[in-house]
Amino acid sequence: MDSNPSSAETAQKSIYVSSAVTNAAKILVVGHFAVGKTTFIGSLSEITPLRTEEKMTQASAHVDDLRGVTGKTTTTVALDFGRLTLSDDLVLYLFGTPGQQRFMQLWEDMARGALGALLLVDPARLEETFPVIDLIEGYGLEYAIAVNCFDSAPVYEEAEVREALDLLPDTPVVHCDARDQQSSAKALIALVRHLLERTS
Amino acid sequence: MTGPGEESPVTSDFVRSYVITGGRSLPSSDELALHTLVTLAPDRTLPLGAGPEVKAIWELCSGGYLSVAEVAGHLGLPVGVARLLLTDLSEQGHLLRRAEPPRAQNVDRATLEKVLNGLQSLIG
Repeated sequence: MDSNPSSAETAQKSIYVSSAVTNAAKILVVGHFAVGKTTFIGSLSEITPLRTEEKMTQASAHVDDLRGVTGKTTTTVALDFGRLTLSDDLVLYLFGTPGQQRFMQLWEDMARGALGALLLVDPARLEETFPVIDLIEGYGLEYAIAVNCFDSAPVYEEAEVREALDLLPDTPVVHCDARDQQSSAKALIALVRHLLERTS
Repeated sequence: MTGPGEESPVTSDFVRSYVITGGRSLPSSDELALHTLVTLAPDRTLPLGAGPEVKAIWELCSGGYLSVAEVAGHLGLPVGVARLLLTDLSEQGHLLRRAEPPRAQNVDRATLEKVLNGLQSLIG
């Protein structure tokens, strides 16, 4: 039986964190709508990326709204995340969510205990990144920029991205292909190196 | 009797969550972070009167450690609702947690170095 586990058994087993793991770290993968966050997480995650929803209101706050407005639905935000076992005793969670200001509650939850944030940027839509940077900085998160290289997107020089986004000189800017595991890993490495510099 | 169409505004996800939690407000993330690892403690008995969501959590968490976010994701529950039910189980002594992740952003170098080494091993 051990030598030939059924696929069901394997699937059942693989959803859990290894029992030796004692620590969990969290990095946020942020960016505007459709920038490639889910793709990025999927390229690195050892589990099928999961999606869950966060309600945006306190339980009692919207009762009247729901009664009063026909067809109104509660605001929910999708939260995509994946997991990566990095050593015998450490797993890394990657959480991705849109960067709209109206999702503050979710951001608070996400930012708590996060090592830092990787900000995915579409070079053709740089202006959509501004509000996301405001959020990251508002929560005091350290971050690095990963310019997601879309096939059809114009090629931007690092200096252009820096200037357009008004970055600090030491904020890392890397290019990545969110579909590629190695490329995505390299982008995270740039972030973690930066975090280490800021910690020393 | 109402038809399915008439019923839908009342049985929105919001109302369902409200019913599951018994109308209680959701706990803050101070209680359980999204990436806190939890599992069922050994030799525990399912509380009498546990609802279907608690039963589902019980079953899922009996298999090993998962993060709070994963419990929510696997069961299709909003994170806040999963957190509340897990907090209940924790307070009743049914849950084990792995060392709480640090809450502030002042992360220790050892963790960062471990993360860095792990990522570097991916790119060979």
